[in-house]
Amino acid sequence: MAREKILLGLRIFAFMATLAAAIVMGLNKETKTLVVATIGTTPIKATLTAKFQHTPAFVFFVIANVMVSFHNLLMIVLQIFKPKLEIKCFNLISVAILDMLNASLVSAAANAAAFMAELGKNGNKHAKWNKICDRFAIYCDHGGGALIAAFAGVILMLLISAVSISRLLIHSNKSAAASSPSSLAAVL
Amino acid sequence: MVKLTQRLGGLILRFAAFCAALGAVIAMITSRERSSFFVLSLVARYSDLAAFKYFVIANAIVSVYSFLVLFLPKESLLWKFVVVLDLMVTMLLTSSLSAAVAVAQVGKRGNANAGWLPICGQVPRFCDQITGALIAGLVALILYVFLLIFSIHSVVDPFLLRKS
Repeated sequence: MAREKILLGLRIFAFMATLAAAIVMGLNKETKTLVVATIGTTPIKATLTAKFQHTPAFVFFVIANVMVSFHNLLMIVLQIFKPKLEIKCFNLISVAILDMLNASLVSAAANAAAFMAELGKNGNKHAKWNKICDRFAIYCDHGGGALIAAFAGVILMLLISAVSISRLLIHSNKSAAASSPSSLAAVL
Repeated sequence: MVKLTQRLGGLILRFAAFCAALGAVIAMITSRERSSFFVLSLVARYSDLAAFKYFVIANAIVSVYSFLVLFLPKESLLWKFVVVLDLMVTMLLTSSLSAAVAVAQVGKRGNANAGWLPICGQVPRFCDQITGALIAGLVALILYVFLLIFSIHSVVDPFLLRKS
């Protein structure tokens, strides 16, 4: 019974973490007016915007975090409103496999966004790509916060998968031990 | 008979994943191209980009792990541990592949809003070899997802097929 409570607590934290990451990155936008060139003495200003949609990795980040938080919400709702759902093997194994797939998904999204953010922060002098974080500091800060929340979600999803797999192992051990005396009695 | 085919299938999958991960590492390490325009000559190497270095390291770890698990004896108690390690290795593979594809996409198409120009026009052979390495990484990932479900099936007996 304690295992179920631990699982519920972990799922609530993972839901909050991934939802926060998706929302912070989804609302990430900064507009700045910069001086682009100077003709004579009059500077030419251009208004540049940094949005998360400009980078495909960040779009994938938002979508993947929304999917994982939806999965966690579904599992929380199932666990609260149907506590005595028959513990069949199919339920346990589908929950375990779904947890593992979503853990991989959120780790892929967090990592892709982390490497793109590192590229934006440091630039790359071999490919002649300039860094953008010195001009759009608030955009970079918000992106960094979303990344931290997503990595917390990754660690939590890994723990949730481990607990789900252990539930599956314990259930299979219990039913293997329970079925052997009954089949022996049937033979006798 | 069922046990033998199960064990053989697991071994074949793991050996294929080992080959795919090793292929990805080798393809990415040997990608190097020198291109010159006018008097400048620039060398494109995989180590210029951090995401490719992470891809090489992650796939190297995965291939070493696969090689070691190939020799695990059948009745060892470590098989339950292998399930959790398989999950961690799958997460490592997806994260490395996803990061490398994200950065390679910027190299191929550029990012007009950030003022980043694509580099694939100047070093086409380098780009093709990186693409090959990423495809090998994707094959290793798919094989590992199958292996994960397979490991769970070997350790747990979900449909109680075994009669004691």
